[in-house]
Amino acid sequence: MSVDAATVKRIGRLARIRVEADEVETYRNELNTILGFVAQLDEVDVTGVEPMTSVTPMALRRREDKVTDGGYAAQIVANAPLTEDNFFMVPKVVE
Amino acid sequence: MTDLTHLSLADARAGLADKQFSASELTDAYLSAIEAANPHLNAYIAITGDRAREMAAASDVKLAAGQGGALEGVPLGIKDLFATKGFHTQAASHVLDSFKPEYESTVTSQLWRDGAVMLGKLNMDEFAMGSSNETSYYGPVVSPFRAEGSNLDLVPGGSSGGSAAAVSAWLCAGATATDTGGSIRQPAAFTGTVGIKPTYGRCSRWGVVAFASSLDQAGPIARTVEDAAILLRSMAGFDPKDSTSADLAVPDFAAAVERGVKGLVIGIPREYRMEGMPDEIEQLWQQGIAWLTDAGATVRDISLPHTKYALPAYYIVAPAEASSNLARYDGVKYGLRETGKDITDLYELSRAKGFGREVKRRIMIGTYVLSAGYYDAYYVKAQQVRTLIKRDFEDAYNEGVDAILTPATPSAAFAIGDQEMQADPVKMYLNDVFTVTVNMAGLPGIAVPAGKDASGLPLGLQLIGKPFDEETLFAAARTIERAAATDFSPKRWW
Repeated sequence: MSVDAATVKRIGRLARIRVEADEVETYRNELNTILGFVAQLDEVDVTGVEPMTSVTPMALRRREDKVTDGGYAAQIVANAPLTEDNFFMVPKVVE
Repeated sequence: MTDLTHLSLADARAGLADKQFSASELTDAYLSAIEAANPHLNAYIAITGDRAREMAAASDVKLAAGQGGALEGVPLGIKDLFATKGFHTQAASHVLDSFKPEYESTVTSQLWRDGAVMLGKLNMDEFAMGSSNETSYYGPVVSPFRAEGSNLDLVPGGSSGGSAAAVSAWLCAGATATDTGGSIRQPAAFTGTVGIKPTYGRCSRWGVVAFASSLDQAGPIARTVEDAAILLRSMAGFDPKDSTSADLAVPDFAAAVERGVKGLVIGIPREYRMEGMPDEIEQLWQQGIAWLTDAGATVRDISLPHTKYALPAYYIVAPAEASSNLARYDGVKYGLRETGKDITDLYELSRAKGFGREVKRRIMIGTYVLSAGYYDAYYVKAQQVRTLIKRDFEDAYNEGVDAILTPATPSAAFAIGDQEMQADPVKMYLNDVFTVTVNMAGLPGIAVPAGKDASGLPLGLQLIGKPFDEETLFAAARTIERAAATDFSPKRWW
């Protein structure tokens, strides 16, 4: 499988990374090089093989369903580029 | 008195306990060394001198009272991937500009609990994506090693290139590092240092900037096997804040270092004999086999048939996980923000400007392999191959193999700006061909310096262990370290 220019632009949109017109060809070449490399996996017969979901045999731990953390909004927004009253500020989303 | 910075971590610790010198003197010695070397090596991207002196003074009080912890007064460098409360933590990326976390990573908090001193934050490949430390927003780290008779700047390896260079050039007594596909072991091999990636789950990932969550694991880089064992004991341990943290007791790793390899069965996987591999690497491997045999181990040829598929599977799994993990860098919550006409514009422009080329490439690949219609063909398939890779190791261990010996890297360090690797991303990825299998299977792996190439550059061997059996790796690595009996310190040119 290989990607074309339209696919590069579509991936950029999905990834929320602006791809400028003069970058499309470079991305296309690089992504195709990588996809060509990973295509080796086609040689492997994986019939009936479980996909790995956990690298070590472990069950996710459970805990009591209660609030154990929080209550420090000022710290949460401390590194934000733009805030007001402990809210993150963004351009208008809903008209 | 000898230069304090040249002491091993174990010797520095002993000297502090015996009051031969103070933690403040030791810290000042390191800070002076950093000041002189860093303009040339670029290993540190933030030097926290005031904090270091504060911590050292507190350690001196504890040492005087005989209440020192396991690392009391020992100055360390911290990879920029670890959250350090109130201090530079940017994963060497532009996108995290001016980020200072409000919290401390579990690994570093345990180091401070045990009395260690923070010298600063170490350079690395951006978001730990790279094998040469050239993708850092702060510029490449220069290796303290040069080929004999050459002035060419070499890479220290990556992604933990700052950690490896700083340890090797005596700019810290030891360093934290992380390893997703070889990022501890490959730079250790390039710089004549010891690096261990412990078993997945051994060190908490809490507060470590995420790259690929099912592969990421923290570990130390140090100048000796014993030093690495001392550091890992403090870094490791169960943490309820990391859902994949292993609830297991942490052994006294240093106690295993001199245990020897008598009676152990060491597997030699035939698939690690790569086409085009330099003779020097093959000779190094044979030398390692001979040393372990001389020390009483039995060597057995084994097969790990899916080895060649580990790297291609990795370049699906790791970018896929990265594309999800890095979605959080959006110009809203922290770091760099570009002005956009609407929210999507703001996201796209902030991310395009904030991420470097390699990171963008990997996010794009990850986004593609997870996108509708391709998920099964790429991601599910890669995770199936991963099951097979892990099964190869399990089969070897079930047949009585205790540890596996391989080369650490397919070559010695290369030059900064290597044209072939710049032109072809896959060429760069091949640096991790011997290390990436270990991450895919969640196993522990250690790189130990074992020899030098014709131009005097260090070469390393790797030992791969059973899950949670880092002790055997320390014992076997120490056997190689002792047998090699080689000085792997760089010739100072900076």
